[in-house]
Amino acid sequence: MIPAQVAYRRAATLKDAVDALADPEAKVVAGGQSLVPLLKLRLVRPTLLVDIGDLELRGVSMDDGEVRVGALTTWRELLDAPAAGGPALAAIADCAAGIGDLQVRNRGTVGGSLVHADPASDFPAVAIALGASIVLRSPAGERTVATADFFAGPFTTTIAPQELVTELRLPVAPPRSGSAYVSVEHPASGFALAGAAALVGPGAERSVAVTGIGSHAFALPGGDPAALADVEVFGDHFASAEYRRHLAGVVVRRALDDAARRAEEGR
Amino acid sequence: MPGRIELVVNGERRSLEVEPRTLLVHALRDGLGLTGTHVGCDTSQCGTCTVLLDERAVKSCTLLAVQAAGSSVTTIEGVARDGVLGPVQRAFVEHHGLQCGFCTPGMILTATDLLSRDPDPDERTIRHALRGNLCRCTGYDPVVAAIRAAGTELRTGVAT
Repeated sequence: MIPAQVAYRRAATLKDAVDALADPEAKVVAGGQSLVPLLKLRLVRPTLLVDIGDLELRGVSMDDGEVRVGALTTWRELLDAPAAGGPALAAIADCAAGIGDLQVRNRGTVGGSLVHADPASDFPAVAIALGASIVLRSPAGERTVATADFFAGPFTTTIAPQELVTELRLPVAPPRSGSAYVSVEHPASGFALAGAAALVGPGAERSVAVTGIGSHAFALPGGDPAALADVEVFGDHFASAEYRRHLAGVVVRRALDDAARRAEEGR
Repeated sequence: MPGRIELVVNGERRSLEVEPRTLLVHALRDGLGLTGTHVGCDTSQCGTCTVLLDERAVKSCTLLAVQAAGSSVTTIEGVARDGVLGPVQRAFVEHHGLQCGFCTPGMILTATDLLSRDPDPDERTIRHALRGNLCRCTGYDPVVAAIRAAGTELRTGVAT
């Protein structure tokens, strides 16, 4: 299908982009891998598209004890970035390698995936488990929010109308930490029926986040698979709530095992 | 509100009028007459519209033409040089990597991107790379064989 009529503006600067978002019916487009399919199905009908593709928000760097990932960094660029490597960040590559398909990984961006907030999207679990924070820019200035507090519901975040995601910041875990992401996918769509990211530290401290089973990705209390018994899980005709809960337990245990092994082996 | 965009298509500078909502695939097919890029679905799943945008495989149905302004696009029409099929195309012919051919333009361009990064992919890597290209005829086995053979030729200069 062909998208409905829309105006288009290619932002030259961050200020230009944020100013254009004063129009309440405006939508930001970056890689377009989530938005363009919705435009084609006319599930979303903005009056204005603000294209941020030219902004300098791309790339992965190590700075001040944090790994900084620009919002426009594609999955392909993330997979190729040395700064996103090592056992403590291995969950990133586990996840990014399986997102969408080759074409989607070439275009789709980290920031776009986060704001789209698909409840079955993989990356939010990784960002939460690794303790990432999201940097947002608006006319009022900049603020930083923990990824765990960013998601509010299916396709819903706590982003304000005139805010733009500019960066993801990941704290560097201590030496002898390891992380992993494991999912069971719907075989046709590739979206997670249940996905789990785990970070295991040198003293066996653990942080786990789960996606695909609730209204958004969430941190699992205590990193304990037993805590899944108390979580509200949704079911549909692909996978019942009980099956999803079972799968979640499986992927949490596998992610913890992989993360612990990487922490021990240092790779 | 149509506007004019400039892009380089198969090595030639092209200029055309598009609406902001025009998908790149429609600009290529209807605007430039390059109908080798196919449309197989409405849901960004089938991959037959795959083209190279600045040397990387993308689905031209999941990109607005205005987003591609200023970029370089390679469609299936740009893969053969002076009427001679490229190595990936030849390997598809030799290894029966197509039957009806509808998915083939996308397959060729996805394979081109893969082989540009990894000229010696194993079977698992090839199948993973083809996740976004659906074929309803071949069962994929001959497609995988063709891509391996194309990689060998690109590495060694010898067709297999």
